[in-house]
Amino acid sequence: MLYLRAKKHTDGHGTPQWPQVYDQLATSAKNPFLKKYYQTGAVAPATPLADLSLVALDIETTGLDPRRDAIVSVGLIPFNLQRIYCSKARYWVLNPKKPLTTGSVVIHGITHAEVMVGHDLNQILPDLLKELAGRVAVVHCRQIERRFLDVALKERIGEGIVFPAIDTMEIENRYVRRRFFQQIAHFFGRTPESIRLAACRSRYHLPHYTPHHALIDALATAELFQAQIAWHFTPQTSVRELWH
Amino acid sequence: MEVELLEIATQLQRFEPFEALPVDAVQQVAASVEISYYKAGSTILTFGDEIHEIYFVRSGSVEVFRRNGTLYNRLEEGSLFGQMSLLMHNRVRFPARALEDSLLYIIPEAQFNHLCEHHDSFADYVELGDRARLRQAVSRAHQSNELMRTRIQQLITREPVSIEATASVYEAGQRMTEEGVSSLLICTADDPEQIVGIITDRDLRTRFIAAGLPFETEVSGIMSEDLISIEAQQYVFEAMLCMLRYHIHHLPVMRDRRPVGVISLSDLIRYESQNSLLVVARILRAQDVEELSALKGEINSSFVRMVNEGANSQMVGSAMSVFGRSVKQRLLELVTEKLGPPPIPCCFVALGSMARDELLPGGDQDNALILDDSYDPAAHDDYFQQLATFVCDGLTASGYPYCKGGIMATNDRWRQPRKVWSRYFSQWIAKPTPEDLLNSSIFFDLEGIWGEVSWVEQLKEQIAGQAEKSPYFLFALARSALSRTPPLGFFKDFLVERDGKHKNLLDLKRRGTAPLAALIRVHALASGSTAQNSFDRLDDIRDANLLPLGRTEAMRDALEFMSMVRLRHQAQSLTLGEEVHNNIDPETLSQFDRRNLKDAFQALSNAQKFLKFRYPAKRNAKQG
Repeated sequence: MLYLRAKKHTDGHGTPQWPQVYDQLATSAKNPFLKKYYQTGAVAPATPLADLSLVALDIETTGLDPRRDAIVSVGLIPFNLQRIYCSKARYWVLNPKKPLTTGSVVIHGITHAEVMVGHDLNQILPDLLKELAGRVAVVHCRQIERRFLDVALKERIGEGIVFPAIDTMEIENRYVRRRFFQQIAHFFGRTPESIRLAACRSRYHLPHYTPHHALIDALATAELFQAQIAWHFTPQTSVRELWH
Repeated sequence: MEVELLEIATQLQRFEPFEALPVDAVQQVAASVEISYYKAGSTILTFGDEIHEIYFVRSGSVEVFRRNGTLYNRLEEGSLFGQMSLLMHNRVRFPARALEDSLLYIIPEAQFNHLCEHHDSFADYVELGDRARLRQAVSRAHQSNELMRTRIQQLITREPVSIEATASVYEAGQRMTEEGVSSLLICTADDPEQIVGIITDRDLRTRFIAAGLPFETEVSGIMSEDLISIEAQQYVFEAMLCMLRYHIHHLPVMRDRRPVGVISLSDLIRYESQNSLLVVARILRAQDVEELSALKGEINSSFVRMVNEGANSQMVGSAMSVFGRSVKQRLLELVTEKLGPPPIPCCFVALGSMARDELLPGGDQDNALILDDSYDPAAHDDYFQQLATFVCDGLTASGYPYCKGGIMATNDRWRQPRKVWSRYFSQWIAKPTPEDLLNSSIFFDLEGIWGEVSWVEQLKEQIAGQAEKSPYFLFALARSALSRTPPLGFFKDFLVERDGKHKNLLDLKRRGTAPLAALIRVHALASGSTAQNSFDRLDDIRDANLLPLGRTEAMRDALEFMSMVRLRHQAQSLTLGEEVHNNIDPETLSQFDRRNLKDAFQALSNAQKFLKFRYPAKRNAKQG
């Protein structure tokens, strides 16, 4: 249903017409927090990046499959092209209610004990939606954040969530993997350049951060985005060229 | 809600002034930080703009400029900027630009004010300029050593005891016994405060008893004239240097040209655990080159000890020079025992760092021989060649390597009669060529150490007299002093060097102390000074009012700090049994040293700019 609706309002490249999508969802959503979130609306696609309120978002999960795996932590940090606001950063450890695999404990460093005292997504939902409202999300690999949040919400409140996202990995892809010489190199058997967060950052001479902490990754993503804009775009670039 | 941003807090905590703050204060800063990325070349601060925050360089590097656009400073990871502007009515005073892709942590004004109000160490750090910080670092280091903070007057326990020059040695001996002193000042008959000499227990023994003189001998007959004395407000270490240098054990203390006491070696000995004078005594007693070279280890451990006890660079440099000079003197005594006394008068001269009293372990031997004008090559050269060879070989064996540039008495060119030396200097001063100056600037630091040392004093007078009046010479010397610049951006990990292929070492002598000493030499010659030691030269420069106020102090602090780092580094190498050198790996330096070294390099750079300004390329460039 959601899929069809979204399909109706897409531009030529398959990106939804977000303001219209939000208008519709604002009326159809049943959960009051979600309704309120959509009512805040989405910015016009022509809005220049310089005028955007952004929020870098990262979630850490127990695995890669949204139906089997769950969210263990959420970190976000509001920012714009000039500044990243650490004072407004938020971070939650969640109780996934699905078994933590040993592997994921190793990755995030979040242990069973911490998760047991963690919140349920239900509890943080009002806060989370409030932070996301009115801001364009910036993530590294949008499938993870969007699909996990969508599935998790469906499991809890019976309806999912859609939101526009700027994907720093996808931007990097445009400038690294798709470059002609890269393709040639790839053709001759060279491994393509990594587009993992840390590797992307090092290309812009951003410092190394300890990975796999939702808030630090969100911060790392925000910095990466500022760097990408400084290098590849201008503050006047309109958001429609970047979001999905 | 505050979220723990450990990544940021940890980074801040690695650097001053956050290092000294309590953990929760740093976490509070981290939670208030705003972050911004600046692409290489982009402007961060524009002159005159309003500013309400300070900036911390998280990664990359930033250049800060003066208002006129010249580079003021290059900042690396961990540096702060913007604080001066914030303190100056919130207007940007020093524009800033990203030199490399940089990530900056921005600390809001409210947080900054909070830190200043609650943490004195933070306030001190941000409110002090580079120069004041360096001053603080140097004086803090000196306060740790008693030799350096105790004034001589504090050691004086009694009035000096004196006797008239016409009194007999017998009376003098009685007076000394009555008063229980080991030395006696000798005064004129009509004024007890007019001191003409001194006698000591030792003089009674060697010059009186051993010489078998009659009791009625006047004290003036056995006293030491040419009295060496020291001022009451000077520091104890200066007294020690003075005794070391002149091999004396008693030093009259003066105030307003009047004697106020005498201090002896035993008064000083408690200030230094093993007195350097004992090392000198052993050098002067050595029976052959082998014995001399065996003292190398003792000299080095003396050096390490002085550094560890917190001696300043002037003191260590002087002591090392005295050791070197004593080795030379002893070698000359040994060679003249072997070859017989010189056929004509001569003077053995030390050049370069030893002459400046700034010798450090591993320093080259730079020396020369001045011969009497009656010199006849056919008759005398064989002797002096042998003498020079013996001394230079002996010096090498004792740990003073041959001079790579061949500036040694073994070189025919540097073993010449007085008139030739006088001509050398006249030529260097009247018609300096760049090559000449590169090779000859070392000759402008000279000290006679054996033989007719007064010749060297005359040469110094000649140099001071001619140089002062030769603008072209000063100009050329200034140019050559500017040939080596301090590594201003050194502490920045340059992008090209991140892969670790380049060895990122800093030669603190080549890029720091040597250019500064060269620069001080120019100003000293311009002010007609005959002093050789850089610190003494700075005194003369200051007294000549040649430089704007505060400049000489800045140079003094910079020289002292760079030298101290160099000394500590060398002492450490010696302790670890490594060979001494001047290459320092910046990674091994403490935060404190890195920052102060940067300030010192900045001071050197400022001094070089001033020198350039004072001796501009076009003007003054006519022969003078």
